[in-house]
Amino acid sequence: MPRIDSTNGPVWKRRTTKQQWAIWAGWLVALAITAFAWQRISEKTIWFFVQDAPRQAADIGSRMIPPKFSYMSKLWAPIWDTLNIATLGTVIALVIAVPVAFAAARNTTPHPIVRTIAIFIIVASRSVNSLIWALMLVFIFGPGVLAGTIAIGLRSIGFCAKLLYEGIEEIDHTQVEAIEATGASGPQKMVFGIVPQVLPTFAGIGVFRWDINIRESTILGLVGAGGIGLELNGSINTLAWTQVSMILLVILLTVVVSEWVSAKVRGAII
Amino acid sequence: MSVAEQTFPSSWRRPPFIKNPLLRWSIIIGAAIYLALAFGTMDVNWQRAAEGLPRGQRFIAAFFPPNFSDNLGVMWDGIFESIWMAIISTIAGIALSIPIGLGAARNLAPKWVYLLNRSIIGGSRTFPEVILAIFAVKLFGFGPFAGFIALSIGTIGFYAKLLAEDIENMSASQAEAIKATGAGWFQWINYAIQPQVMPRMIGLSVYRLDINFRESAVVGIVGGGGIGATLNTAFERYEFDTAAAILLIIIGIVMVLEYTSGFLRKYVQ
Repeated sequence: MPRIDSTNGPVWKRRTTKQQWAIWAGWLVALAITAFAWQRISEKTIWFFVQDAPRQAADIGSRMIPPKFSYMSKLWAPIWDTLNIATLGTVIALVIAVPVAFAAARNTTPHPIVRTIAIFIIVASRSVNSLIWALMLVFIFGPGVLAGTIAIGLRSIGFCAKLLYEGIEEIDHTQVEAIEATGASGPQKMVFGIVPQVLPTFAGIGVFRWDINIRESTILGLVGAGGIGLELNGSINTLAWTQVSMILLVILLTVVVSEWVSAKVRGAII
Repeated sequence: MSVAEQTFPSSWRRPPFIKNPLLRWSIIIGAAIYLALAFGTMDVNWQRAAEGLPRGQRFIAAFFPPNFSDNLGVMWDGIFESIWMAIISTIAGIALSIPIGLGAARNLAPKWVYLLNRSIIGGSRTFPEVILAIFAVKLFGFGPFAGFIALSIGTIGFYAKLLAEDIENMSASQAEAIKATGAGWFQWINYAIQPQVMPRMIGLSVYRLDINFRESAVVGIVGGGGIGATLNTAFERYEFDTAAAILLIIIGIVMVLEYTSGFLRKYVQ
């Protein structure tokens, strides 16, 4: 804490004058960026619609109540599809993520160039949202669960591989050394020294990502990639608001249940 | 019995990951049944998928080289709109998250405030940004304002939750020390709590900016403004080279943001 000498003796301040000015300058820049961004957004906004929003909200809200519970009989199949998209997508991602993670971890990578490629795969997979992956894959494979499953799989590779390679980098090296001292070969070191240490992490990552994927697979139908999102999209387009509220209720329940399952399983593993 | 007569096992087996054999086998069999059912009921048109493969090849070929020429000027327009949207929604979301996060920390707030704020966080976390965006578009009309609202609400669920958890995990002795000096409530927040949670929160805000930028590419698909609309149009017109260019720009910006957040976190700590 800096001391500043004044005529009435020393005064203690939290920051030096220079620091204080730097902080004010930072705030000024942040404010300028915010104002500029806001201006760009607001000039593309039709303010009449925004003013109209509360009335619209009340209108749609009143149309959504009560949810059409009889619609549930048509929703079981889409829910099953959604579940399959999330689960099989996670399985695909985990299968591909393992070699990528071993190639990306500093202590197991065969070569720095391989590591760079693996890191690029991770970043590319993570930067593209699953809905955009689905958009691309629907054009390639046609609408349906196949495109959705592969989209979820491709999106999850980066996430799983990143967490897994961080786990591999944090392992206890003495155990690997001990295995090495028995005269184990390279692959044997991997199987007996590294894999047992990262297996709990791996299982945890899988369940964690599965939970996220359930959430993401509910919306893939918006671009035609199967699951409950297809019904949501159809209901919104036909202005069937009671069906929309029913679907939202079902999504809410699915998400809550999957979160509960994933918390339970992760609690059992760790 | 002498040691020489004792029989020792001559081979060793790795202990299984799941120790309980009943649980292990029921998980294996359950997984097998599930996979059989899932593959059995998956309605895949393999013929259509096979027809799409040449199209997939064309799409991959479009990456070499991507078309950055942007004849209509819509590409950079969309990307900048996404950036502005991401910035403004991160700031608005964080501004709203601070009171909600303070209220959702059990060691600061009374029970009813805590429950109220926790339910706000839970509500905004449940639905993906895209579903929020659909409703925002219905209410506020097409354009970036709808995307801004959707992303801001999404930010609250993320940021306020992590802020509340960070406050709950802070060291209580520092807070007590400030209280012992006779500080008021705002002074207490400013001098005891803010310095403890600040480093992590700065890193998280850049991370959230990164997420918001990525999501802003998606809310455009449902009409919420930003690059998503341009990307969707590019796909619909089979302009794969333009789509490839947009995807590469998104990946580039995300990489820059990720690097920045890593650097900033190191600098702050």
